[in-house]
Amino acid sequence: MTDLSITLHIDARSISVEPGVTVAAAIALAGGGVTRLSVHGHPRAPLCGMGVCQECRVTIDGRAHQLSCQTLCANGMHVLTASEGAA
Amino acid sequence: MNADVIVIGAGIVGAACADALSERGLRVAVIEQDIPGGGATAAGMGHLVVMDDNAAELALSAYSLSLWKDLVGDRPQRHEYSGCGTIWIAADEEEMQAAMEKAQNLAGHGLLCEMLTPAALYAREPQLRAGLAGGLLVRGDGLVYPPKTTRILLDRAMRRGAVTRRATVTAIEDNCVMLNDGSRHLAQHIVLAAGARSSALLPALPIEPKKGHLAITDRYPGFVKHQLVELGYIKSAHAPSGDSVAFNLQPRPTGQILIGSSRQFDTIDPAVEPAMLQRMLRHAARFTPRLTELNIVRTWTGFRAATPDGLPLIGPCDARRGLWLATGHEGLGITTSLATAQLLAAQIQNETTRIPFAPYLPGRFHD
Repeated sequence: MTDLSITLHIDARSISVEPGVTVAAAIALAGGGVTRLSVHGHPRAPLCGMGVCQECRVTIDGRAHQLSCQTLCANGMHVLTASEGAA
Repeated sequence: MNADVIVIGAGIVGAACADALSERGLRVAVIEQDIPGGGATAAGMGHLVVMDDNAAELALSAYSLSLWKDLVGDRPQRHEYSGCGTIWIAADEEEMQAAMEKAQNLAGHGLLCEMLTPAALYAREPQLRAGLAGGLLVRGDGLVYPPKTTRILLDRAMRRGAVTRRATVTAIEDNCVMLNDGSRHLAQHIVLAAGARSSALLPALPIEPKKGHLAITDRYPGFVKHQLVELGYIKSAHAPSGDSVAFNLQPRPTGQILIGSSRQFDTIDPAVEPAMLQRMLRHAARFTPRLTELNIVRTWTGFRAATPDGLPLIGPCDARRGLWLATGHEGLGITTSLATAQLLAAQIQNETTRIPFAPYLPGRFHD
């Protein structure tokens, strides 16, 4: 638990995590809960954690609607959640 | 069921007929075997588009769009209405010529349209590939989510006393329908509005199912702003046979992009066919290359009720006493549903109609 070798950006924050951590987990570790907003603007957060519920979608490196629970963190990655206006 | 009129089918056409007939004081019963608005009504793109392949099609679609304007009124969100307009894309000078003729035709009906130079086209829709010749913007076109409108029309009819019943009609007799529970129900008028299923009840009807595929993406607000249709659509969509695809892209109010379209004859299998879907998506990506970067979240199919001449069947049918048809709308059923209901209800009540109803009479196929 000491090898925090990966640093990524979640909205305006930076966070360091171990290799193998998913973006959804990193968002939770960084203290965020909301990943996306519904059509009517309601906050959504990961539910299933296994790529089924689609609620964990975020924008990763400019690409919208990526499943954060199915994406591993990488060095220098930029993640936008709904708190920064990403749909 | 103690009804003056039994409407078979609660798609948007049947619901609009129930609304128009109940408004005239008739007691209406609607029979639907599945969910109201769950068939072709839910499967299509929900576009409200003026089409002008011939004078009768233009008259019906223009009349209906004016009725839609009244219905949607100041509560567009109830219908998920968007007045996005349509841009007909011209790939070359020949299609630009076709766009100009279309513009003159529509302007002759008082419809707002505007020719677009390539610069004007790309200013409005920067996702389009380079090298297009221009386009035609039809401002009055739009889109709705048809199952919602169907529900609104049915609810309005029910507030006037109309009833709905979930059952399957097994036969139509003179002034009578038979249901799958063996019951028989009499009414002065029977309205058959069952879309592509209509010919199962009357095999002699000149209706053929035309299968279509659609795909919808995740939300990418602003990717395109208008409904985009290639002018080549007219050539491919109305070919009398053979499979075809045409570029038809639509921005939903949610920010999702609806991608069409395909046409297939000689099949009643609702399965999504990967080969046809691939052909449709590749064709769409030729017009908007960055479409390949978007996530598709759902694909599905539906069946249009196609007639040999591309016009719907609206009016009396002499196969049974008291029988009226409101079917055969092919890909224009959402657009023309409201006008269909007005023309049919007026005929049933011997009223004069806003536009001539003769071009849509079922009897045109009986000579």
